[in-house]
Amino acid sequence: MSRRALFKFRLYVAGDALNSAQALANLTALCRTHLQDRHEIEVVDVFREPQRALENGIFMTPTLDKLAPSPVRRIVGTLSQTQPVLQALGLESFAP
Amino acid sequence: MQSFRSPHVNSPGKAPTGITGFDDITGGGLPRGRTTLLVGGPGSGKTVLALQFLAHGARACKEPGIFVAFEETSKRIVANAESFGWKLPELRRKKLFFMDAQPAPDLVQSGDFDLSGMLAALGVKAREIGARRIVFDALDVVLALLPDLAAERREIYRLHEWLLARELTGIITLKSGADETSSISQQPFGFMQFMVDCAVILNHSVVLGVSQRSLRVQKYRGSSFDENESPFLIGESGFEVAVARTPGRVDAKVSNERVSSGVERLDTMLGGGYYRGASVLITGFSGTAKTTLSGAFAEAACRRGERTLFVSFDSDGAEVIRNLASVGIRLDRYVKNGCLRMISARTIAGSAETFLVRIKTLAREHGARCVAIDPVSAWSKSGNELTARSVAERLIDWSKANDTTLVCTSLLDEMSSQSEGGSSLQISKIADTWIHLNYLVQAGERNRGLSIVKSRGTAHSNQVRELILSDAGVTLADAYTAGGEVLMGALRWEKERADRVATEVSEVAGKLKRVRLDAEEAELEVRLKSLQTELVAKQVEKALLVRTTQSDAGELSRGRTRMEELRGADAAIPGADVKSP
Repeated sequence: MSRRALFKFRLYVAGDALNSAQALANLTALCRTHLQDRHEIEVVDVFREPQRALENGIFMTPTLDKLAPSPVRRIVGTLSQTQPVLQALGLESFAP
Repeated sequence: MQSFRSPHVNSPGKAPTGITGFDDITGGGLPRGRTTLLVGGPGSGKTVLALQFLAHGARACKEPGIFVAFEETSKRIVANAESFGWKLPELRRKKLFFMDAQPAPDLVQSGDFDLSGMLAALGVKAREIGARRIVFDALDVVLALLPDLAAERREIYRLHEWLLARELTGIITLKSGADETSSISQQPFGFMQFMVDCAVILNHSVVLGVSQRSLRVQKYRGSSFDENESPFLIGESGFEVAVARTPGRVDAKVSNERVSSGVERLDTMLGGGYYRGASVLITGFSGTAKTTLSGAFAEAACRRGERTLFVSFDSDGAEVIRNLASVGIRLDRYVKNGCLRMISARTIAGSAETFLVRIKTLAREHGARCVAIDPVSAWSKSGNELTARSVAERLIDWSKANDTTLVCTSLLDEMSSQSEGGSSLQISKIADTWIHLNYLVQAGERNRGLSIVKSRGTAHSNQVRELILSDAGVTLADAYTAGGEVLMGALRWEKERADRVATEVSEVAGKLKRVRLDAEEAELEVRLKSLQTELVAKQVEKALLVRTTQSDAGELSRGRTRMEELRGADAAIPGADVKSP
């Protein structure tokens, strides 16, 4: 995996639910720490766009999809436990 | 099983499941617009029941449904249910939606989450197809991913609120451990049972090596329900819950028509035969001609052109036909023309419940009006006796509801024989007619005796008769009682012969007497005639005498007058002696 690759994320949230807000905050913090200037985050509110949730098989919120670089990964939850999240995203080596 | 359809199908507060028996237990189905919890161990039939509920709603009630699959993929669920004939692929186009919500095996979980995403998606789909029913299959799979108990409760509440707000009739299925009683009271299921409006527990156990499934409605808010455990079976078209007829149902037809038992003298003993739609129980030890009597019944039914089902647990169909042919009961031609169907139930393995369902299915397929089962006591062998008994009761209920005349035989074992035929299944209590066959060992012979223990609504003979099997057929003979003992077989024959001789003797004596009387009569008549003749002669003689006397007197007087004329005497003194006659 290239160190300079662009990370594309899609975060499914449920309106302004607490755990969704936490997930967004955690993701933003993570990107700032590890992926400065090489990430894109798309936020999908399942209440506003339920059709997309249906199409993509989202049944738990918040859900984070890492769309690029491959492999595609899906992480469910507030992303509060940083270590497993980094592991799943292939960013383990950057851990402090 | 159309005839078993519940009368409460259209109850407004209930969503019918279309499951035979289940709608009877619940008085019409699951609570409409409420949530039902379905708890059961592995392989207990949760998914099948839930799916049947949806399929019935979509097909028969114009209530489209959504199936949320947390465990199995929808593809596999549909494939598995294919054999039930619910036409799921067809329904799937418009009225049935399957949502695959299995957590991916490589799913990474970090921190808390909730089910809002799924509910939002489901909300869209529910509006789109106008869903009225929804099933969450194996919710425990997703609950297990939640970090703590509080989160589990929160999500259950969320789901429940969501269902209530949309007035969807919902089923949530949950797995319970192997030991059903302990695990269902554990969290979070126990808590869920308090929350939902209806809870149904499915149980799958093995009793004496035989699998038995049963179902119990644990709670049902705002409705009465059958609280007992009811056995069920996953049959060819899905669930079939065995339920005894509730007292409120009076749809059984009562007929006054009689059908022949196949034995002429038995019909006479019963005052015309069995009632149409009656249940007849024939009890006896092995070899007391139980099969023969049921065979005679089947033959008589076929002769009337009624379709008949003969279920034999003892031997093969062909064997039964051959054996019965030896006593003049010829069933082969009816098998050939399709009127009679022989089933060898030795090939059916399973619990009494399975037997009942199979027999019902076969009878329905065959359109049978008469059913003979030989012997029903075979049921108590497989599985526990308690179930077998309720099965026997339901068999009788079923046959009555369908106006099917049912003849069952029941083998008695040596133990129960002492009380003279307490049938092992206790069907004798609910059977309409009970015929008992027995052996009488006497004077080096073993003869068969038949008696009618009871026969509801028909006059019946109180006598024990001897059952005689010969190649010409089955018949009954009067048994002789002599010195307090019933005589059968050779003894009866001897007694009969003695009676015949005695009759002859008395007949001859009678004849003799008659002849003698005839002779005496003739003699008297002759005497009477001669006396009459004599009488006539006497009368003539007497008349003659009178006449002679008169003429003498006349002559005398004339002579005197003449003499006086001649003498010229006075006429004033005619003779005083002429006073006569």
